[in-house]
Amino acid sequence: MTPNATGVDAAIDAVTAVLLIVGAIMSLGAAIGLLRFPDLMSRMHAATKPQVLGLFLVLAAIGLQMREWWVWPVLAVAWIFQLLTVPVSAHMVGRAGYRTRHLHPELLSVDELEAVVLRAAGQRAEEKAEGEPGMPRMRDGATPGPD
Amino acid sequence: MKDIVLIVTAVVLSLAAAGAIYRIAVGPSLLDRVLAADVLLAILGAALAIDMAVNRHLNNLVLLVALSLIGFIGSVTVARFVADRRGQVNDS
Repeated sequence: MTPNATGVDAAIDAVTAVLLIVGAIMSLGAAIGLLRFPDLMSRMHAATKPQVLGLFLVLAAIGLQMREWWVWPVLAVAWIFQLLTVPVSAHMVGRAGYRTRHLHPELLSVDELEAVVLRAAGQRAEEKAEGEPGMPRMRDGATPGPD
Repeated sequence: MKDIVLIVTAVVLSLAAAGAIYRIAVGPSLLDRVLAADVLLAILGAALAIDMAVNRHLNNLVLLVALSLIGFIGSVTVARFVADRRGQVNDS
């Protein structure tokens, strides 16, 4: 930032200051969400704010301050890289969280995965039962076996 | 202007980092800690980017990209590990 800026410089500095402060507030919002939300899924919702929108705002501030056209593609590559990696890691964390039951089912309005999981479990139980013809089928779909 | 922006963002980011570190320390499950570590990494990235914007240089840009790569690999690895251990418990 230029000290004692006037005219266009002052306007660009003001826009940069707003972008930087809003980008920092995104991080604060994520921290507040991490502290106050009840379970893993809702915390994941809060945690993505600084990773995508906050980074976008701060990178835009860098682009405004550098004032060279070649900076923008570099910043765009950095942001797109973040856009590619964040959904994958969020998917893995959410998948592990669902499997280890780190969620409050009463807080969900729709659980579309539950029917799929139940059907897959039933299919696996049937396959195991067919694989061992001498064993009687359990009533509630539990796998028959010595242990 | 420069001093005001630096002070405000420093205070806000420090509060955010304190909250994320508190969640890492308290977090009831391992996945909560992974998520909070990801947020802490994003806060560090924001601090690096604010330094670049205020002082008009691009020295930290590669570090920013490397930081997001490290966060990606770390959280995916830990999530995978958690899922695997739980699967063995279910099968036995």
